[in-house]
Amino acid sequence: MLRYLARRLGQALLVVAGVVVLTFTVMRLVPGDPAVAFAGPKATPEELDAARERFGLDDPLPVQLVAYVRDLVTGDWGVSLHTRQPVRDDLYLAFPASLELVGAALLIAVVVGIPIGVLAARYKTKFPDFGVRFGSMLAVSVPVFWLALALQLLLAGRLDWFPVAGEYDSSLDTTSPLTLWTNITVVDALITGNWPILTSTLHHLVLPALVVAAYPTGVIAQMTRATLIEESGQDHARLERALGFGETSILTKFALRPALSPVLALIALVFAYSIVNGFLVEAIFNWPGLGSYAAEAIRSRDTPAIAGVTLLVALVYVLANLVVDVLQGFLDPRARTR
Amino acid sequence: MTSPQETTAEVPLRRLLPRVPDRFAALGAVLIVLIVLAAIMAPWLAPYPDEPRPLEGSLPPGAAHWFGTDQLGRDVLTRILYGARTSLSIAVSVLAVSALAGVTLGVVAGYAGGWVRDAIMRVTDVFLAFPALLLSLALAVVLPPSVTTVILAIAVTWWPWYTRLAASVAASIATRPYVDAARCLGVPAPLIVWRHVLPNSLTPVLVQMSLDAGGVILTAAALSYLGLGAQEPTAEWGLMVQQGQTLFTTNWWIGTFPGLAILVTAFAFNMLGEGLRNALDPRARKVT
Amino acid sequence: MIEVRDLQVRYAGRLVAGVPELDVGAGECVAIVGESGSGKSTTLLSLLGLTENADISGHVRVCGVDVLTASPRRLREIRGARAALVMQSPQSALSPATRLGVLMRRALRLHGVGSGKDGRLDEIMAESVAAVMLDRAILRRYPHEISGGQAQRFAIALAIALGAEVILADEPTSALDVTVQAEVVGVLRRLREERDLALLLVSHDLALVSTIADRVLVMKDGEVVESGPAARVLTEPSHPYTRELLEALP
Repeated sequence: MLRYLARRLGQALLVVAGVVVLTFTVMRLVPGDPAVAFAGPKATPEELDAARERFGLDDPLPVQLVAYVRDLVTGDWGVSLHTRQPVRDDLYLAFPASLELVGAALLIAVVVGIPIGVLAARYKTKFPDFGVRFGSMLAVSVPVFWLALALQLLLAGRLDWFPVAGEYDSSLDTTSPLTLWTNITVVDALITGNWPILTSTLHHLVLPALVVAAYPTGVIAQMTRATLIEESGQDHARLERALGFGETSILTKFALRPALSPVLALIALVFAYSIVNGFLVEAIFNWPGLGSYAAEAIRSRDTPAIAGVTLLVALVYVLANLVVDVLQGFLDPRARTR
Repeated sequence: MTSPQETTAEVPLRRLLPRVPDRFAALGAVLIVLIVLAAIMAPWLAPYPDEPRPLEGSLPPGAAHWFGTDQLGRDVLTRILYGARTSLSIAVSVLAVSALAGVTLGVVAGYAGGWVRDAIMRVTDVFLAFPALLLSLALAVVLPPSVTTVILAIAVTWWPWYTRLAASVAASIATRPYVDAARCLGVPAPLIVWRHVLPNSLTPVLVQMSLDAGGVILTAAALSYLGLGAQEPTAEWGLMVQQGQTLFTTNWWIGTFPGLAILVTAFAFNMLGEGLRNALDPRARKVT
Repeated sequence: MIEVRDLQVRYAGRLVAGVPELDVGAGECVAIVGESGSGKSTTLLSLLGLTENADISGHVRVCGVDVLTASPRRLREIRGARAALVMQSPQSALSPATRLGVLMRRALRLHGVGSGKDGRLDEIMAESVAAVMLDRAILRRYPHEISGGQAQRFAIALAIALGAEVILADEPTSALDVTVQAEVVGVLRRLREERDLALLLVSHDLALVSTIADRVLVMKDGEVVESGPAARVLTEPSHPYTRELLEALP
């Protein structure tokens, strides 16, 4: 198990190195002079030189790459062109809100996706299966930004069931201010017992989380269904039938646990995908996460900020994959010896 | 399936024949044919093909304009039909570029083996370590916004899947006895690749393309929605949703119908792709 | 314990197994021999109603239950508890993520064996495992951690724990090494004598069959071509196909 972990960790580091090089390359593709972008169009030649000096733009590319890596490692992720703040600080503020949104969405996806996957597998080729297949296919095919607008219009605008935008009612900041610990509002409100903010945040969270949950729910349902059906066609399912177990208990008692392993791997993939999908949703709901930050950065062509977001999400993705591999070892005993 | 499986002799022949195409895939195929026809016939089908022609602002859906008109007075249905051209050509271009690049690299990797294979596969690992939309986004931001940018940005994230696929097919073909025999007889490697490896890669690659088309259309729409792709006056569904966004509460039809068009198209491709995969992959066939 | 008359199993109209007569009493062992595809496994599975998508006609009584007309619920009651199946590929027949003890406990609970809080359950489990000469520690193992012979003996232990009166064994030794085969056969033979079990064995291994079976059915292409006492069929075969099978022996 340890050796397996070490090998996995080595692979992950290799990927991270590649990701850094890739981000660097993409940043250097920018047409135009980054120094101009930073110093502004009205900058004097001296100011431009100073900017060039500061970013080391006159050095050869390999030197620049080394400097870039050194800066990243020492925590200097550059300065955002639109907020004029260090990118690292911006990300530090924005990431927890994204985590909150995606976490809620994945929770919905697992709680809904796995049971309906089981349902479809139990009644395969019958009506429930047809419904689940159709619904999950719709869920993975829907453009999130459009779903966000539609739900916002219907459930928040017309029916007024949920607030239109924001993370919580901002007037609460004065009546019951929140003490920050993790920067994840729900968690902070919970540990400090700030109920007004907690309920307000949960209320605001429902719509964006539902939208982000659409894709993962669909994929998890499809995957659960497919792996369960495959498991229930295995030899061991026949033995379980021969022991007198019914179809439902074969699925839930025996097939579900091994089937969860691929589903778990899927969640890691979908986690990163959902963060990026959140980019399209957060701005619509004015959710103060990476997505809103990235949307603003995209609008102002803020390369350091984009690079920072890209790098962070890629790192999270690599990490999520690593965590899943370890978890799989616990869930599926065969994976340990592989 | 719990039928006896002593040998294939006990499995009736009917089960071994290709399955009757499943209804989902059929629905997907029909929808795709309709969408493609709509794209090709757009100039004849569209109620108001001679746009732009300024009208009196945005009208709700009615007899004259089934899907209403946008804030510039353009007929939404007309623009959706023309938008099908944009979306489909983006999808076709992305898939063609990524399949071409990916399969070439994959065949080289799988057939050559050794360090060449390792190098190529490590690079694909790095690309696959990115969520596709993220890399596309990062690329599209630094390039000038256009349809070409969208195609390029998506293709860059999509080719590694084809490389993986082609590499695994090529590696399995390269060890077949008849390929060994050909090699011993001195048949040059490119010819072996052409005669044996490529034909065998074709089916899985085509299936993968139909599976990917829905994702490509969604990604392209997302990039255009963010303003990184097609620009006004091009009709593009994602862009149309974005243009309808500010008026969504009052003039909902401007953004709603283009979004539905994206949904239906992605849905159709996903259905067909899943159906094809189930029909061709014996492992997946058990599933449905 | 097993009573079969005019059994016909068809897939999509094609006859894959036809057995005019087959009886196995308590303490008896009957073997069905034949090559792959002869319909012998199908016959076995149909006795527990485990064939999917098959059209079955005839009369099948197992432990007093008419299998072909019984409700699914009634069928599930006899499966395992009264008539147990031992499968060909020992390890893949056990659910990979379930400890053997957990599987056995679930099966016992399902059939209400050893229920109550007096700890009978653990006792039954320990006894059954000991009866097939396995260590108790095996109950804490996962299927991939045990050998094929152990897996096969565990499958038999399941039948014992559940109190099955009939064991249906589908090629129980063909996936095993020769020495391990002998162990499993030894266990089966002993149990049959000690517990008066009815044993229906499907095999293509005539050497195995000759050591354990009282009566033999020879199947070819879905039909029974010869049947009778093992001693006669295996020494004076009347059907040319049986002679062929015997000549193929080393």
